Amino acid sequence: MGINFKQETFRDDYTFRNSPEQIRRFPFPFHEDGYMYSVNIEPHVPTRKNSVFEHLFDVDEHYVSEMRDRAIVLAEDPLRCQSLPHMTLAGWDTLELLMTEKAASYPDLFTLTRDGDKWHWINRPLGIDDHFTFGDTATLPYSPLEYITRQSQGDFAVCDQRENNLWMDAGMVTTQADWSLDFDIGMNFFEWHAPVPLAHEMGVFTRALKFLTSIQQGQPARRLNWTMTINPRLDTSPENFHKWGTDRATVTPENVGQKVHLRVEVQMFFRLPRSNAILFPIRCYLISMDELTTSPKWARRFHRVLRDLPNELAEYKGLVRYRPTVVEWLSKRDDGAPTSPGFGPD
Amino acid sequence: MTIKSRPVYGTLTPQAGTSHLLIADAEGAAAILDLAKKAPAGFFASAEIMYFPGSEDRHHVDALKALAPQKFYEGPSFAAALPRLRQILEEAHMGLRLYVAGTEVLISQVELAANAVGVDHRAIQAEHRGSLARRVQCVHCKGITENVTTQPYTCSHCGLLLLVRDHYSRRIGAFQGVCINAEDPTEIPEKEEIFR
Repeated sequence: MGINFKQETFRDDYTFRNSPEQIRRFPFPFHEDGYMYSVNIEPHVPTRKNSVFEHLFDVDEHYVSEMRDRAIVLAEDPLRCQSLPHMTLAGWDTLELLMTEKAASYPDLFTLTRDGDKWHWINRPLGIDDHFTFGDTATLPYSPLEYITRQSQGDFAVCDQRENNLWMDAGMVTTQADWSLDFDIGMNFFEWHAPVPLAHEMGVFTRALKFLTSIQQGQPARRLNWTMTINPRLDTSPENFHKWGTDRATVTPENVGQKVHLRVEVQMFFRLPRSNAILFPIRCYLISMDELTTSPKWARRFHRVLRDLPNELAEYKGLVRYRPTVVEWLSKRDDGAPTSPGFGPD
Repeated sequence: MTIKSRPVYGTLTPQAGTSHLLIADAEGAAAILDLAKKAPAGFFASAEIMYFPGSEDRHHVDALKALAPQKFYEGPSFAAALPRLRQILEEAHMGLRLYVAGTEVLISQVELAANAVGVDHRAIQAEHRGSLARRVQCVHCKGITENVTTQPYTCSHCGLLLLVRDHYSRRIGAFQGVCINAEDPTEIPEKEEIFR
């Protein structure tokens, strides 16, 4: 298959770009010309070839550079990866799931050899070749959760399940849309979603929790979420908001195409076998407005979604300052023609 | 509007137990006095009261003493009383019941101290009385500022101007403060006294 791993940055000079093939496989999150919260959870099963859902854990052209960006974040702020003491077993579960799936999906990139609890892991894109004892943290350079998620795109929340609730008790969070693992760790499902407007009243979280607590091993689920980011910055953390917040005031009609990005999260939910925890990977995909509007259908639809978005949601997603400029720019790429059903670019 | 991550406090009610530790600040004393009306005979003979009057009128001190607890401690601040509280909690036997009444700042700190010795917050009776001042953690520098009454407030550690978010962490015992003018640092919103 031969993925051409790019050397690019998600900070400072922002050299991140999507190739034409990567644009075609972008997980555009709107199946109609409008958006409101919904639980929108579906089975996470491998589907179309050349889509981000071809494998359970997608590895793409940004892999190596995203992992470098994660290492930079962790060096600055080690609190982005934390695990409460009872979550170590769930960390090993996570390591096993990611290694076995990656090795099965991308045998030319990853190899896992197991002889009882003696494991040998080769990660060719990152140049890693390690022997370790499964279950013995002292044989890895990091905790099992940190070790494997330094090698896996996307954030990872690990939730303990007890009292019919999910508790955010561990995680690796460096590419987040404005939430803090350090603050939220130890909270239950309703508590960590406290700042989200409207959805509590709509009963979204009650229904979602019911679904998530009943997920079975081997039957993962997924949903899409979205926001927008100015410049292709992965680390839009609240911790660093005072550093990147000013970017939001830099959008002009001339730079919308390059600066403004649609940010889509593919959120997945896996039941882990030993710990009974729920692994919640949150994979972030970025696409600039120039790239997005290479699809006329996506250009029309995103214009209508953004224009008609309720104010509370625009406020929560932090779009208020630049939304009018982006809507105006997109309106010139919307001829009013009907759009076809479904997510695809046509 | 309710805050989903914020604890919901109750009303102090006497529990069955072999001993009782009641902690209050300022107006919280009134919650203990109300509890006393419902308490069985002999309740205070096995009770210790820790009270931080702050700038309150002395009459609460006298009223609490009049309940004739086994021990009465009056302290200048929670911080000053923390070593004493830790010793009580570490040496506590099964059957000790914990009660806390007063500001949210006090409640959160008692819960944290109890949590550190393995007492779950649900085993603590908590009642909110008096000031709505908040304990807030700056999400940027992680410094905690006590007794925040304004929105926004200035972080006492890093100096950023912070919005107090309606998001509360029981593990930290604080609300979350996020830079209010990160998009445009030249915008300086007026501070309003809203957590009184």
